[in-house]
Amino acid sequence: MTPFTKVLLAACALGVAACTSPGQYDRGGLGGGAGEFAAGSPQDPRSMAYFQQTIGDRVHFAVDESTLGDEARATLLAQASWLMDNPEYSAIIEGHADEQGTREYNLALGARRAAAVQEFLVSRGVSPARLRTVSYGKERPIEICSAEACYAKNRRAVTVVTAGAGA
Amino acid sequence: MIARLMTLLLALGLALPALPALAQTGPLRIVIEEGVIEPLPFAAPDFVAENAEAQQYAREISRVIASDLAGTGLFREIPGDAFISQITSFDSPVQYADWKAINAQALVTGAVSVSGNRLVVKFRLFDVFSEAPLGEGLQFGGTTGAWRRVAHKVADQVYSRITGEGGYFDSRVVYVAETGPKDQRQKRLAIMDYDGANVQYLTDAASIVLAPRFSPTGDRVLYTSYESGFPRIYLMDVASAGRRALEDQPGTMSFAPRFAPDGRTVVFSLTQGGNTDLYSLNLSTGARRRLTSAPSIETAPSFSPDGRLIVFESDRSGTQQLYIMPAGGGEARRISFGQGRYGTPVWSPRGDLIAFTKQHKGRFHIGVMRTDGSEERLLTASFLDEGPAWSPNGRVIMFSRETPGAAGSSALYSVDITGRNLKRVPVRGGASDPAWSPLLP
Repeated sequence: MTPFTKVLLAACALGVAACTSPGQYDRGGLGGGAGEFAAGSPQDPRSMAYFQQTIGDRVHFAVDESTLGDEARATLLAQASWLMDNPEYSAIIEGHADEQGTREYNLALGARRAAAVQEFLVSRGVSPARLRTVSYGKERPIEICSAEACYAKNRRAVTVVTAGAGA
Repeated sequence: MIARLMTLLLALGLALPALPALAQTGPLRIVIEEGVIEPLPFAAPDFVAENAEAQQYAREISRVIASDLAGTGLFREIPGDAFISQITSFDSPVQYADWKAINAQALVTGAVSVSGNRLVVKFRLFDVFSEAPLGEGLQFGGTTGAWRRVAHKVADQVYSRITGEGGYFDSRVVYVAETGPKDQRQKRLAIMDYDGANVQYLTDAASIVLAPRFSPTGDRVLYTSYESGFPRIYLMDVASAGRRALEDQPGTMSFAPRFAPDGRTVVFSLTQGGNTDLYSLNLSTGARRRLTSAPSIETAPSFSPDGRLIVFESDRSGTQQLYIMPAGGGEARRISFGQGRYGTPVWSPRGDLIAFTKQHKGRFHIGVMRTDGSEERLLTASFLDEGPAWSPNGRVIMFSRETPGAAGSSALYSVDITGRNLKRVPVRGGASDPAWSPLLP
């Protein structure tokens, strides 16, 4: 099952208020930031869908690492420039871990990953006031096989953009 | 919900030798330290119903007692169809020869009476081969709704008299009840008897909840919830299910809370700017104190029973390892030196051991070690075991076991600290993150 076969999170398309807290993903059992379509068309460079699908909303990490690789840095450069061009959006960066690890440690590891993304975006000029971080540890995998193919996709930080200029 | 049990510890004052019987070291003594190979055979005939209302409880109570004892792996129940004698009156003399003939080394007899919603259970324990009672007869009273607790109290007495250890049957477990596949898992806080009975849900599934921990008296629970959208620690009163957030600083996450033995201090992890350190919080004053200050991950703190030390995990050496420091912070001493990674340390209620989760070569283990790191002993091995919790007497560890793959789910297991008697705790649905209450009053 690919993430994009999942149900559209209608709340995001209908009203921005419901999208500003990552807590929404707890309800209804959808995986946090996992595969919901963002609003707008992937061809419209100012849409959240463009950010999510055309730029790419996520970066991946090696086992037990929070260091950004070349591919991750390229994605984040594009994310930073989009955020600079679209100041009416803010973002919550979700850090995730794969299931190979204890619960508490993975929460802390997910926080490291989210912070690594946040620091990179800030270093490229995005205001820290527009960025918040949260860690889901191993609580919200997007792939559920117990093999490296799935683990590699679950070790991620997802930048979830929402309308609103931030705090 | 929680029936308030009134416990009367009334010696029946019968013509039984008191202390001499308790001090006896006949065949009925099980010394667990030596590693029991052969479970001790016992008979627990249906308790006598002393009136009509007691009938529905009498049999069930003896069943719960037998299940508690056999569930330890230290005892084996002799089935009723082997009995030669029947117990039809609580006060009739025991026909020892009949119980010897079926090799019942211990005999538990009892009687139940019910008046309105009050239930009284009397019991006696006999050392069959010594032809003598073991300890005095006792009676316990409670509401009929609390009949299982009364049964557990009897079983705790039997266990204690034979092993010389404290019991653990009249206790509860708070845990996370789980439903759904791994990528859509719903979690709720739940509480149950130690044996999986009487499940009650304390939260709904609207937010992820993690790792509940009992207060030293069992009346409050600390846990982590995503209720606000971010992980924060909450304090819940078990009886009312009322709760409040303990930490609410924007831009931070708090998790892995645990009570100090005094019940007034909470130690937990706080993450700020991607860095996780340990803090303590005074529940009455709200004063917060930073205990560690390092760029590494410091989490999963647990107090020593005397409240003077904290064991925790840190990756300051490069991988997760276990450390002990003074409760107020200060220099930490590493205690884990084996191969692999060590996490989730929990100090035993006796103070002598630390239980932990170990990852090595792609497998997970629950283990115990002495507080100086010596005598490491792995008790389990699986795809994913984690989160040990101690029974109130420090004899048994309960933990979560997750199975691999798309159909994987989590269940609770328990294991004796000798590594024997590994078994699944019968909980309907998925379950994780158990914490064991103290023995109930």
